[in-house]
Amino acid sequence: MIWEVFRQEREGQPFQHGGSVEAPNADFAEAYAIELYGRRAESVALWIVPRDEVREVQEPYVADVFDRDYRRVDGYSLKVKLKEARERAGAPAG
Amino acid sequence: MNAQAPPRAELDAVLAFADDELVLGWRDSEWTGIAPFLEEDVAFSSIAQGEIGHARALYELAAGALGRDADALAFDRSPEEYRCAPLVELRLVHDWAGTVARHWLYETADGLRVAALLESDWPELAGLAAKMDREEAYHRMHAQMWADRLRSSAESERFEAAVGELWPYALGLLEGEQRDRLCELVGREPVEAIGRDTHSDELAPLWEEMTMVRRSLPGATW
Repeated sequence: MIWEVFRQEREGQPFQHGGSVEAPNADFAEAYAIELYGRRAESVALWIVPRDEVREVQEPYVADVFDRDYRRVDGYSLKVKLKEARERAGAPAG
Repeated sequence: MNAQAPPRAELDAVLAFADDELVLGWRDSEWTGIAPFLEEDVAFSSIAQGEIGHARALYELAAGALGRDADALAFDRSPEEYRCAPLVELRLVHDWAGTVARHWLYETADGLRVAALLESDWPELAGLAAKMDREEAYHRMHAQMWADRLRSSAESERFEAAVGELWPYALGLLEGEQRDRLCELVGREPVEAIGRDTHSDELAPLWEEMTMVRRSLPGATW
């Protein structure tokens, strides 16, 4: 059985995927996760999750099929718009 | 340094403890590369290293009090001078049930021993025991999960037989009322212990191999 291990490097930081361990049950998974991801002070906490319990979503559901970047805040380039606005107003670009 | 030297009995106990940890660490390391599966290989090798690290700290503590060198204590004594209990000397590689049985018995007994050392009047020893206990907690967890696993498996009889066979040896790790406590924790009746007054036939060949490189160039600085 495969278990996914998430590590928190410092208190307050988000947990990030560290890797996986193979173990017959949760107790073994915990021991092996400690061994592989927690022994060198590289983590302050671990989450250990059975891989089967992780619901995975893939393409096409997570794909950006049509370019609708205007739906995202990062779709607007403020820098370009500001430059254009300044040019229209006759102000020096900066 | 201590203004007052620790009592001889306490020094003997530290040396016996160091010898137990060194020899058991050595025996456990025989599984490196051939454990039942990869994760366990990493875990058991790491536990073996942990035991040898504890041995090192204990030898250094004893060496300081005796005015000797830790390496000399670890490797330059003759096999008869070691004070380890025969439990740790047994060569159990290739017998995983026996290895888990010893691991579980040893860690259970070791918990009692470390708890007692936390109360030592020798402050350096009490401090070292506290540090060791943090790692031993993981060793105990690992030993318990394996004991539970084998007990609930189709091989449970094999595991129980191994525990029964090693039980007199496990009692030999401890003295006095700690033996009674071990009986309670393990759920077994007291029997005649195989203790530190004797060594198994398996210590001498182990010592040969363990000290081989060091003896090849006596006095070398590595």
